[in-house]
Amino acid sequence: MGLTDSKIKELEATANDIRITIMDILEDAGSGHVAGPLDMADIFTVLYFHTLNHEPKQPDWKERDRVVLSNGHICPVLYTTMAYAGYFPKEELKTLRKFGSRLQGHPHRDFLPMLETSSGPLGSGLSQAVGMALADKIDHGLTSSRRIYALLSDGELECGQSWEAAMLAGKNKLENLVAVIDRNNIQIDGAVEDIMPLEPLSDKWRAWNWHVIEIDGHNIQEIADAFDMAKSTSGKPTVIIAHTIAGKGVKEFERDYRWHSQVVNKETEQMAINELRTLGGKITSEHQ
Amino acid sequence: MNCALWAGRSQANTSSMLNPELKLNTKIFDKDVAQAPIRQGFGEGLVEAGEKNEQVVGVCADLTESTKMDLFAKKFPNRFIEMGVAEQNLASVASGLAAMGKIPFISSYAMFSPGRNWEQIRTTICYNNRPVKIAGSHAGVSVGPDGGTHQAIEDIAITRVIPRMVVISPCDSIEAKKATLLSAETDTPVYLRLAREKTPIITTLETPFAIGKAMSVWTSSKPKVGIIATGGLLYHAIMAAKELEDEGTEVEVMNLSSIKPLDREAIIALAKKTGRLVTVEEHQVSGGMGGAVSECLAEEYPVPIQFVGIRDEFGQTGTPAELLRHFGLDKEGIKKGVKIALAK
Repeated sequence: MGLTDSKIKELEATANDIRITIMDILEDAGSGHVAGPLDMADIFTVLYFHTLNHEPKQPDWKERDRVVLSNGHICPVLYTTMAYAGYFPKEELKTLRKFGSRLQGHPHRDFLPMLETSSGPLGSGLSQAVGMALADKIDHGLTSSRRIYALLSDGELECGQSWEAAMLAGKNKLENLVAVIDRNNIQIDGAVEDIMPLEPLSDKWRAWNWHVIEIDGHNIQEIADAFDMAKSTSGKPTVIIAHTIAGKGVKEFERDYRWHSQVVNKETEQMAINELRTLGGKITSEHQ
Repeated sequence: MNCALWAGRSQANTSSMLNPELKLNTKIFDKDVAQAPIRQGFGEGLVEAGEKNEQVVGVCADLTESTKMDLFAKKFPNRFIEMGVAEQNLASVASGLAAMGKIPFISSYAMFSPGRNWEQIRTTICYNNRPVKIAGSHAGVSVGPDGGTHQAIEDIAITRVIPRMVVISPCDSIEAKKATLLSAETDTPVYLRLAREKTPIITTLETPFAIGKAMSVWTSSKPKVGIIATGGLLYHAIMAAKELEDEGTEVEVMNLSSIKPLDREAIIALAKKTGRLVTVEEHQVSGGMGGAVSECLAEEYPVPIQFVGIRDEFGQTGTPAELLRHFGLDKEGIKKGVKIALAK
């Protein structure tokens, strides 16, 4: 079920615009996380502009798919993608991390009720998604076409709770559950594989009865295909291990764990935005 | 007046008695008073809540029979989820269930839930505003021979400090059943503190119960001390009150099963009526029910208070009676607390 070239270019351009906005709002905020939001922009774009069954103008629509962002610290990409999708005005993104803002430093449903979960402390998002998938299965059995998406970081797989949730989902054959792992191999203290090796990662998930798909997390077609495969998977939950480049799009940030979270000053912001605009120009010219 | 209600009286000119308005168990002073585990009331209440509302689901971490969730699991197998020994997952999966409209009850030993999974309860249930009901069984030292690892005596402190959490510590199995049924109808997270061993039945089906209401179960016209007790120790407090009456000291005993929200009005009224208080709980003095009472009174109407509770120690192996005696939580310990309060 391939996307047309035109659709791919459109999604690439959207992802690039989202990255530019992320840099803009992080500089305004004066703090926040950089690498994860940038490297997840492609996946968020495909999810919100191609895969999800949702109604941005009616966020409490009952039949919607659910998106659980487990590693809440990458919320700049969640907020920006939601604004681009029409959930709230893009102008509001400028309030990120400011007093009284609906866009709290880590997502909080009290302030922005259209969020499916509040999150921040790592390792509990998959459990919540499992709970949602179980509820849907209790209500609709195998007839439900709803999908519950859990977006996870690789670092948070060091939390034992992630594996408690993985076991339960595998045992209950939750085919309505799709986990996406941002396999960027960075965390606060260094490279994930140095801090706490996760490999062989796909074998671990297979052992708990999960359908495993490994993709290039920046290839729009691969991302869309993986979500489509997950939709047609039966008898087991799906995990998409998305190999990403931390800080994707800005050479100075890429693969550097120190950009997990670092203050973006005006100069860095301009450098990053210029680089992203150049990239955006290339996408547009290729498209034309 | 039912004569049995006056069973605590030894002198015709005193006016202390079980509060007749509460329609309490009139056989409470009998040697063979009926007993049942507080957790049993939870199990029965959960079945009834499940019959009333099909959105009620049960989730347990490998302690289904011990926490009496087995009654629900047998009746509604499709609405019961076995988690295995995974209490962190237990709390967060329940949050996800609630996000889809379910009313999840999760059960384990209090030491593990809310003990082990406190942060998941704080963030994924309370911060997330999901109405999950947490049943923590085997709370207190009266778990007995299992020893200190299994005796939760910090759980009131760690639950009542979380915004939105309702904390209920029923005094007997009948009250536990009522609390379970009411919990299913509230839209907030609730912590139900349950105990393992058999406890004398104090209330009846007719006894009123409401979340946020404290009631005097043993009343007196001229009480010198107000005893506020929570959980199964309420029985010991009533027994202490009866003996104190015989010894010439009138007291009033309040059942504070609803620790949060706190019935500030009733507590202030008791403080005004008695002038001094004793709080009684199977819990650390730090952060417990007595702490909640003193936070209220320090602001509103300061009176001398003596805390009957555990003072910065862990539990240990023993029979429930031995442990209650060791920690000064039984009738004698409560009477001692009253004497200290009177001397203040």
